[in-house]
Amino acid sequence: MSGILQASAYESWILHALIWLPLVGILGVLASSEERAKDVAFAWTAGLFVLSLGLLWSFDPAGPLFQLTSDAAWIELWGVGYSLGIDGISLFMILLTTFTMPVAILGAYRYIREKRRAFYSLMLLLQTGIVGVFASMDLFLFYIFFELTLVPMYFIVGIWGGERRIYAAVKFFLYTALGSLLMLVGILYLYVQARAGGAPPSFHYLDLLGTPLTLGEQLWLFAAFALAFAIKVPLFPVHTWLPDAHVEAPTPGSVVLAAVLLKLGAYGFIRFVLPLFPDAATHPTVVMVMLILGVVGIVYAAWVAAVQPDAKKLVAYTSVAHMGFVVLGIFALTLNGLQGGLIVMISHGISTGALFLLLGMLYERRHTRRIEDFGGLARVTPLLATAFVITALASIGLPGTSGFVGEFLALLGTWERHPIIALVGTTGVIFAAYYMLPMVQKILFNELERDENRTMPDLSRREITVLAPLVLLMVVLGVFPTPVLDRMEPGARAIVEYVEESTREGSLLEAARTEAGSPGRRFVDHPVFPESTGPVDPTLSLRDGVQGFPIPGDRRLGDEG
Amino acid sequence: MLAEALVLSAILFVIGTLGVLVRRNAIIMFLCIELQLNAVNLSFVALARYLGIEGQLYVFFVMTVAAAEAAVGLAIIISIFRHYESVNVENFNLLKW
Amino acid sequence: MSASTLPTVVASVAQGTGSGFDPVLPGLILLLPLLGFALNGALALVSGSRSATALREGREEAGHDSGGRPLTHTLPTWIGPGVMLAAFLLTLVNFVGMLGVELVEPVIRSYWTWMATGALSIEAAIQLDQLSLIMMMVITGVGFLIHVFSVGYMKEDPGYPRYFAYLNLFVFFMLILVMGANFPMMFVGWEGVGLCSYLLIGFWFRDREKADAGKKAFIVNRVGDFGLLVAMFILFAVFGTLDYQGIFEAAPDTLVYGGATVTAVTLFLLLGAAGKSAQVPLYVWLPDAMAGPTPVSALIHAATMVTAGVYLVARSSVLFAMAPVGAAAVATVGAVTALFAATIALKQYDIKKVLAYSTVSQLGFMFMGVGVGAYAAGVFHLMTHAFFKALLFLGAGAVIHSMHHALHATHKDWDAQDMRNMGGLRRFMPATWITMWVATLAIAGIWPFAGFFSKDEIIWYVGTSAPASVLYTVLWGMAIATALLTAFYMTRMMVMTFHGPNRTGADEAKHLHEAPPNMTIPLGILAVLSVFGGWINVPGSVRESFFGGFGFLPMSDWLDRWLEPLTATAYQIRVDQLGAYASTSPVGGGHVLWGAIATGLALAVVIIGARAVASREIRPAVESPEPTGFGKVLHDKWYVDELYDRIIVRPIQALSRACWRWIDQVIIDGTVNAVGSVARGFGWFGSLVQTGQMNTYAFILTLGALVILGVLIL
Repeated sequence: MSGILQASAYESWILHALIWLPLVGILGVLASSEERAKDVAFAWTAGLFVLSLGLLWSFDPAGPLFQLTSDAAWIELWGVGYSLGIDGISLFMILLTTFTMPVAILGAYRYIREKRRAFYSLMLLLQTGIVGVFASMDLFLFYIFFELTLVPMYFIVGIWGGERRIYAAVKFFLYTALGSLLMLVGILYLYVQARAGGAPPSFHYLDLLGTPLTLGEQLWLFAAFALAFAIKVPLFPVHTWLPDAHVEAPTPGSVVLAAVLLKLGAYGFIRFVLPLFPDAATHPTVVMVMLILGVVGIVYAAWVAAVQPDAKKLVAYTSVAHMGFVVLGIFALTLNGLQGGLIVMISHGISTGALFLLLGMLYERRHTRRIEDFGGLARVTPLLATAFVITALASIGLPGTSGFVGEFLALLGTWERHPIIALVGTTGVIFAAYYMLPMVQKILFNELERDENRTMPDLSRREITVLAPLVLLMVVLGVFPTPVLDRMEPGARAIVEYVEESTREGSLLEAARTEAGSPGRRFVDHPVFPESTGPVDPTLSLRDGVQGFPIPGDRRLGDEG
Repeated sequence: MLAEALVLSAILFVIGTLGVLVRRNAIIMFLCIELQLNAVNLSFVALARYLGIEGQLYVFFVMTVAAAEAAVGLAIIISIFRHYESVNVENFNLLKW
Repeated sequence: MSASTLPTVVASVAQGTGSGFDPVLPGLILLLPLLGFALNGALALVSGSRSATALREGREEAGHDSGGRPLTHTLPTWIGPGVMLAAFLLTLVNFVGMLGVELVEPVIRSYWTWMATGALSIEAAIQLDQLSLIMMMVITGVGFLIHVFSVGYMKEDPGYPRYFAYLNLFVFFMLILVMGANFPMMFVGWEGVGLCSYLLIGFWFRDREKADAGKKAFIVNRVGDFGLLVAMFILFAVFGTLDYQGIFEAAPDTLVYGGATVTAVTLFLLLGAAGKSAQVPLYVWLPDAMAGPTPVSALIHAATMVTAGVYLVARSSVLFAMAPVGAAAVATVGAVTALFAATIALKQYDIKKVLAYSTVSQLGFMFMGVGVGAYAAGVFHLMTHAFFKALLFLGAGAVIHSMHHALHATHKDWDAQDMRNMGGLRRFMPATWITMWVATLAIAGIWPFAGFFSKDEIIWYVGTSAPASVLYTVLWGMAIATALLTAFYMTRMMVMTFHGPNRTGADEAKHLHEAPPNMTIPLGILAVLSVFGGWINVPGSVRESFFGGFGFLPMSDWLDRWLEPLTATAYQIRVDQLGAYASTSPVGGGHVLWGAIATGLALAVVIIGARAVASREIRPAVESPEPTGFGKVLHDKWYVDELYDRIIVRPIQALSRACWRWIDQVIIDGTVNAVGSVARGFGWFGSLVQTGQMNTYAFILTLGALVILGVLIL
């Protein structure tokens, strides 16, 4: 395997390919017929997934922190680079993305019936944006990709959504844009501060790390960044866009939204907020606020989920609860917690994605999302019911499924520092059963009361193909998460250690930063514009010129005259 | 020389501006805008004498843009005329909320 | 396939100190039921899809008459019990292998690293020691018998393969629970059996009540699981490991005796144990769990799963020994539960409900045992209880099976489980009658049946555990009272079911019949075990007396000694701190005397109770008056369900609804929408300037430019 990879110089092109090939795929989708567009999109994304699998081999857990790095100048004047690179955390986020895309597309073959070419083009555009976010090493580039994800999603919800799609799409857009604009201000401030010492301009992550900032500055910047990511996560109380967006979004939109887009927020916290503003991120008040918001999210979202009449909305709220565990894991600032949070992210992507797919399948059959319109489905659709039950159990973190590994580690890690918070968070396992089991019962069990449900077809072969890998992954990751944990550990450890004042010197991130050297030296140092020809008359400068000629009303001239 | 050129430029610009403001005929307004552009061009050329060749360079930009603008603008006016059978701008008030 | 061919096998290291015990394919014991689950599960999907097709086409169920039984029904009959038999035999081989050696340290087999990050490393490892082997023997042995019984009991159910799939899966998880070498592994089994319990209680999910019961079991169990999780977090924070070996070896030195940490750990463990083992206050799910098929009640809700809490306390004996408060809490919870459940059982008419409350009560006894440090006694009672309670449930199953057939044959709309509709069944099903009497005498604590020895030992230890403590004297009194109540309500159940005149109705009586051999043979085997199962742990003093046949009974204190490697540390700590167990009961008298008193009293209760119940006129359920007065309170289970509904379930639901309607929709979304509206308002205001007249725009533009210029220049 690694032989093939080496021979094809895999490491040098894979990240670029994963970012830009989806755009090439758009051409294919546009060139195909309305009917074939979905096949083209599926084949293309599936191919990309296969391609991305090579990352598992080419990424060396024992190697440097950031691998597959590349630097190229983009806007040299401002020090913006097209800089890519991944660590173990981004690795799995990228794999999750490339895996989710074909699944989401195949899972909704029948759901999207109009403007298909446009739809699949937007999905591919979305993939470019998401992979770009996870692979960017340059904050400017990151920001562009981060915003890029917003546009396709806005249209996906707004065009192919349900009845209140416009409201949901606008809410989604404004909520997230509000946050990210403040983040842009934060990025620019950071950039300016980093230049203040006379260093050449650079937006590169490693160059901006360790920028000297006062605690006050850090807190403000932390707030700007955290708001953007908290909205994306979403964290209580800025979560209300999510249920609306999920309910209105078409199935593949919901799947991608839950599986990957929410992870952008958590990823942002891990990659940027913690290391860039370590003093703010370890500030006791800040930590406590974030932990409390996370734990409130866990409990509160579980409660709200439990009383939802709409199945999709219920699952949407469970996302808030799950992401609460992620926030706990992150802000516990322990290795176990962070690793657990990361596993929750992956696990939530798989299980919630699968839940949305299943609800989409039910919607295709019955054109309703209301829980009470179902009941007794286990008798007519045993395969669907089996997949549903396994997915639901993975979602509530039954041991042996991926959900448990994540929640267990996250809570374990939180307990090491904040027992009370972890204690409250652990009640989430009770409330998870409290929201999930009634829904499972009302949809799958009880008597088959409605005649419409009696003739419901079971899973088709295509649907089995979609769900089987998801279900398999839930179990495999639950039983043997070691390959994932091992690869993520250096990345997670580097961040935790870097944020810890005491161990910063020894952390991998600090090593990467030092190795990167002084900021701004990564591009060949040449002037932005060719040498200016200068004034025709070398004795004249602009000011001189203006001052030399009387212009009516110019007071300075008057003074001279 | 510079002073004279700048004064002429200013006079031309003011005439153009007033034309745009007070006339209602779209074609006349359009011509007045051209007048403004050329007034600016004049000052560019004049100042280029002292500040470097870039001033003259920008004149070409302005002329290119003006030409493009003329093409598009006239096309719009013709289209409007076909629709309303008038070039009086008071008749056109679609540019509002 | 053997364990050593598993992928990523870490070279297994037998950590025994040259004990010479080499387990035979321990991994296979686990894999066999899992294999059974996979095969039966596949068959269940096939069969389920077939009946789903039938349903869609308008036929109610796929035909399953005994003539043309499809392959999906014949295969599970062999796969289900087959894998269990193989697992049992393999366990037996290992058990015999361990008998011959002095195993001081458990044998640990690690297969792969499950979770490892930073300092945490959790292996997918199993542990074979005296305790886990005893549990495995019970699980696979009793489990096998119940699988065989199920073949007869469930044969006409359309969900037959699904049933065996769940049952096999249950055994797999139960084995993980007792074989896991660390707390998280046990937790896998712990929640896994909860899942299977959920699926099997709601096996007939078409009935909303049954599906509800399954859900209730799962959620209440999760409350317990919460406790177990928290206990694990504390343990990891203190010990940096979650392996049994690491924790229990380090505990005596690391923890402070009676300190806050160990007390907290044990209390959270108790919460977990109380959830799984249906102790006060979390017992409410178990009676409802009787909604499942009766063999399930026998296996899961009597013999194995519900005893997991006892196993947990016994396994963590070192921790409990170091936390006197925690241990006392265990004993108290056990005693309260035992007495409380016994009172409810007095007034139940549903035969399975009587057995359910009896199970809760007996589990209370086990908790008392392990709570006072008599870990071997607790495990002993766990084992004998598995025998006689499984037998009672299976017997009840045979009765219900027969009643159901009889009522079904004449389309009588009566409850097949209500004892008031039974009576005189001994004439129709003599084998069931006899075996169930054996079990009843055993549970009542009559010498020489198994229950006498195990229950007597627990009562004895409760009474003598802390001579000076009033608490334990009270608990001792409660234990004796419970034992007598047990004798009474069990006798009542037997008499109402099997004696007196038949109340089924003449037509129905013709259809009453004895169960087929594949159901009665397991009953017979369990009856034998219910008689002799108690003889493995006859206390030395008792053995020399009349009750031991003056030394005739073999194996004095065998189980105590068998479990000694595991309980010795805890015992030592307890004796060091609290002093040795007394040699007389709180009111005097030795073990033999109290054994005699206990069995004598129990026997008297059985005889008097039988007469009392038999002399009362019992009418079928539809004709019976509602119970009144205190009897009604007992019949309605002290209204605990109603209480929980009022103070927990409904408030949380109301709170949930309030969170959604008020916080989410009004406060948060209201703010968001208000911000949007304000922005819109400003926009509307600004739009007034937009006249649409180009001249206006140009004028404003120019004016603006002039103003700016003016400001700059001036």
